[in-house]
Amino acid sequence: MIRLENITKTYRMGKQELTVLSGISLEVQKGELVAIMGPSGSGKTTLLNIIGCLDSPTSGKYVLDGREVSQLKGSELAEVRGRKIGFVFQSFNLLPRLSALANVELGMRYAGGIERRRAIEALSRVGLGDRLHHKPTELSGGEQQRVAIARALVKNPPLILADEPTGNLDSRAGAEVLSILKSLHAEQGITLIMITHDPNVARHCQRIIHLRDGQVVREERP
Amino acid sequence: MRKWLEPVITAWTGIATHKLRSFLTTLGIVIGVAAVITLMSVGKGAEAQILANIKSLGSNLITIYPGAIMAFGVRGGASQTLTIQDAEAISQQVPYISAVAPAYSSRLQLIAGNKNTNAQVTGTTPQYLAVNNLKVAQGSFFTDDDYQRGNKVVVLGATVAEDLFAGTSPIGQQIRMGTVIARVIGVLESKGAMFGSPDEAVLMPLTAMQQAVAQPRTPQGGKIVSSISLTVTDEKYTEEVIASIKSLLRTRHKLSDFAEDDFNIMSTEQLASTLSEAIGTMTLLLGAIAAISLLVGGIGVMNIMLVSVLERTREIGIRKALGAKERDIWGQFLIEAAMLCLAGGIIGVILGWSVAFIIRSTGTMTTLVTADIVFLAVSVSVGIGLFFGFYPAWNASRLNPIEALRAE
Repeated sequence: MIRLENITKTYRMGKQELTVLSGISLEVQKGELVAIMGPSGSGKTTLLNIIGCLDSPTSGKYVLDGREVSQLKGSELAEVRGRKIGFVFQSFNLLPRLSALANVELGMRYAGGIERRRAIEALSRVGLGDRLHHKPTELSGGEQQRVAIARALVKNPPLILADEPTGNLDSRAGAEVLSILKSLHAEQGITLIMITHDPNVARHCQRIIHLRDGQVVREERP
Repeated sequence: MRKWLEPVITAWTGIATHKLRSFLTTLGIVIGVAAVITLMSVGKGAEAQILANIKSLGSNLITIYPGAIMAFGVRGGASQTLTIQDAEAISQQVPYISAVAPAYSSRLQLIAGNKNTNAQVTGTTPQYLAVNNLKVAQGSFFTDDDYQRGNKVVVLGATVAEDLFAGTSPIGQQIRMGTVIARVIGVLESKGAMFGSPDEAVLMPLTAMQQAVAQPRTPQGGKIVSSISLTVTDEKYTEEVIASIKSLLRTRHKLSDFAEDDFNIMSTEQLASTLSEAIGTMTLLLGAIAAISLLVGGIGVMNIMLVSVLERTREIGIRKALGAKERDIWGQFLIEAAMLCLAGGIIGVILGWSVAFIIRSTGTMTTLVTADIVFLAVSVSVGIGLFFGFYPAWNASRLNPIEALRAE
């Protein structure tokens, strides 16, 4: 599903160069559930952004689903994001003015077109079938994150990327969100990569990749 | 849901989210468009009315005035070069003329009973009625017989008749002008025209007029007239007739080849085109002034769109993460700007139209809203939306999704 070969990412800040990723090689199989752990500044989010086609690597090769995407430009990357990748963010990133249903429909908007029926299905799937017309501010944190998951899920992507999906949630809501993500993986065979700080969350994954200073230092399979 | 509809709905949501702000932004366009429509309609209305007035003078009318021609049809000098003999010569020698009416005008104090008024009294021939396309409402016009005998009879314009004989029938009444006492035999039908209105006229036989005022003479002894008006048998001969009159008068006035004409020939067509050109220029000027407010409105739209993009940086990041391409974002903001301006344009048309209607109803001015003005105003306002929305939309589309997602 994902093959990274010697990926580097350097940011130029004035005259200084800041290396965030220095030579990451990684393979993720279809249907895997992977956690990425590491201290702040270890490059987790940058790595996830590159995997999610939000950013391009400075050098190295990235093959997603059999297609090399490391050299693609803005609109081609957008196309790949739209078709293949669902994002779940730590801070939910729902549009505050739109209802839960409209937020989920937005997930289809740039990936082939809106079908209300599927949006309702996706919300039911995350247990919010009765909250369709609530605005994000009328929902709890856990519910908002479930809407975000429904939004990622609704276009039926092969890959879902989650950046600390439980980071802003209390333990009960976090557990709920985690169990939904796990069931998506288990039932629909979606490839799921998530960043987490919490070893208890990482424990649920098949594979844990530890990053430090922009490099993979350790891998484990719990 | 249809695919083309989605960007429109998105744009509408953006507008509806900030109702007051959208309204105020639109207001700039509304005022601009309404101003354009109102001012242009006033200009067009004036043009239409003046053309109608000129038409009512008679479309085959040619008038000869003494004096040299000056720029923009303004006559200069007070030269007294036209004579009754000129009129007679024209009548006899120039073809395709149906009637010739020389006229001598002078301002006189008119007294009837205890009322008096100051009016332009015109001495002329019986042909004057037909030449100037006038109709008699009451009584009759003076005849060839009156003219030959120099009978002291007058025909009054509607306004003059009302001024002197309010309420009572003026026919058969006497009025005094200077030393002469004349009998009213007719009243002209009102034309209500602004331009050279016959409503203010007092007409009498030129022969009788000569008894009231001393008609000046040229050194050669010709009786001077203020104007000679004539009608052409058919409009298509107008140019030819003008040329014939010109050469005849130059010969009669003994002008050398290098001298300028000492008279000025004006046909209704020329008058109409000169005036409508002048009014057209003024209408355009009015429109241009109003268009400046439209421009200011457009800058307001740009300003608000820039704020809106800044405010929705995170939204743009989210949309990009969900797969929105640059052109999706670009289109969203551009459509939003165009919709604001289109709404402004439509409201502006309605407002401008209403104002034009109110102006017309109060009777102060004629206004005319034409389809081309409406079309122009609406398309210009949408154009302004696209033009001033372009830069903010382009800014939005170029945002880096990662940075945009990090924005507060």
